Amino acid sequence: MLSKRIIPCLDVRDGKLTKGVKFKGNVDIGDPVEAARQYYEQGADEIVFYDITASSEGRDIMIDVVKRVAETIFIPFSVGGGIRTLEDMRGVILAGAEKVSVNSGAVENPRIITDGAAAFGSQCVVLGMDVKKVEKSARIPSGYEIVIQGGRKHMGLDALWWAREAENLGAGEICLNSIDADGTLEGYELELTHLIATRVKIPVIASGGAGKKEHLLDVLTKAKADAALIASIVHYGTHTIAELKEFLTGGGVKVRDVW
Amino acid sequence: MIAVVDYRAGNVTSVARALRHLNVPCVVTDRAEDLRRAGRIIFPGVGAAGEAMRNLRETGLAGCIGEAFESGKPLLGICLGTQVIFEYSEEDGRTECLGLIPGGVRRFPAGIREGGDPLKIPHMGWNRVSFRGAHPVFAGLPANAEFYFVHSYYPAPSNGADVAAETEYGIRFASAVARGNLVAVQFHPEKSGRFGLRLLENFSRWDGSHAQ
Repeated sequence: MLSKRIIPCLDVRDGKLTKGVKFKGNVDIGDPVEAARQYYEQGADEIVFYDITASSEGRDIMIDVVKRVAETIFIPFSVGGGIRTLEDMRGVILAGAEKVSVNSGAVENPRIITDGAAAFGSQCVVLGMDVKKVEKSARIPSGYEIVIQGGRKHMGLDALWWAREAENLGAGEICLNSIDADGTLEGYELELTHLIATRVKIPVIASGGAGKKEHLLDVLTKAKADAALIASIVHYGTHTIAELKEFLTGGGVKVRDVW
Repeated sequence: MIAVVDYRAGNVTSVARALRHLNVPCVVTDRAEDLRRAGRIIFPGVGAAGEAMRNLRETGLAGCIGEAFESGKPLLGICLGTQVIFEYSEEDGRTECLGLIPGGVRRFPAGIREGGDPLKIPHMGWNRVSFRGAHPVFAGLPANAEFYFVHSYYPAPSNGADVAAETEYGIRFASAVARGNLVAVQFHPEKSGRFGLRLLENFSRWDGSHAQ
């Protein structure tokens, strides 16, 4: 039986973590490679890097970070943020990332999904979706709309339609981020996650809102997510990955044993 | 020296990175002479069977792999590299493969379920691998260790004796096979944390002699 995955997300800017990551009994770590190593050793099933660097010089620094991560951890990891072209994708994959995630770049140019899947295989291409709850309408029948720029710009795309479209175009996985839940620590958007996870055939990673271990249990059971993205809950030392997994196992969720 | 075969089937450098981490000397190569010189061969790969077999035939590497198998050299297949050692694959219509192990490679049937929920294809993520009996390449691994998988087709060996491990995903399938100097795994040891590294390290010391 496949295990549900627990995936820490690290935000990187100019090669540094944007928020410190605090491990129990450790000082703050600002180095993404070192933070990745610690999560790897704690039993993370995969790691997501989100590059919020704006400049092109910063991009080269990120490629260097990816190379060092690939020499340090031996589990899959993905890199996203600002990926717009096939060359951007090739850069992070050749540097050693298992997967690359496209978000607004795919909204602007959906062909990047098809081209990326043809060049590297569907399993490499993750569609990142930022979603906001809106009034149901003829245009947005699910009541969930795709947004970009951190939720500032509404794209007039229905989230469920876009998820299925991306699946048809060749995306191998969806990372579903609720802008409404993100940063609240009040739990994942269960309704949205259930809606998407039960209507596509590719795995769905739920993102945004994890503050308590019960939140992970809910999203992986009630909402049928295949994986849970976590940030603050582990970055600030509230829980270790081992504690989260022990709790989930107690709740009847199959997760990879932490040895 | 381990030769990691590069036959243009995906990015094989992650295997080389894992070996370097273990301080195991290796070379990523598509040259027949490197394969003949190497003490051991790892045959990885990600992608589709049809294209992989075309590349293997065009480059002449198909013959080299067969030769290495016959010579008794320790050989490790990974993922697509494992699939093409069978007689055929259902992928890309029907692809004739290397035929080192009797049997075929089949697509996960549509509609497989677990606990009432439909299962997604590809089978992607961490799953349990139940090893059958002892083998030097699997030494020190817990009976139900989890490994990382990404695949839509699964190995179906004809002879039960070739099955070295099994995994459940809606159906029970052979996640590892072993015959003489050949071990082949459907999962990715290079992406499977500590246990995956242990498997690669075991292989780097294995002389290819029979298990048990």
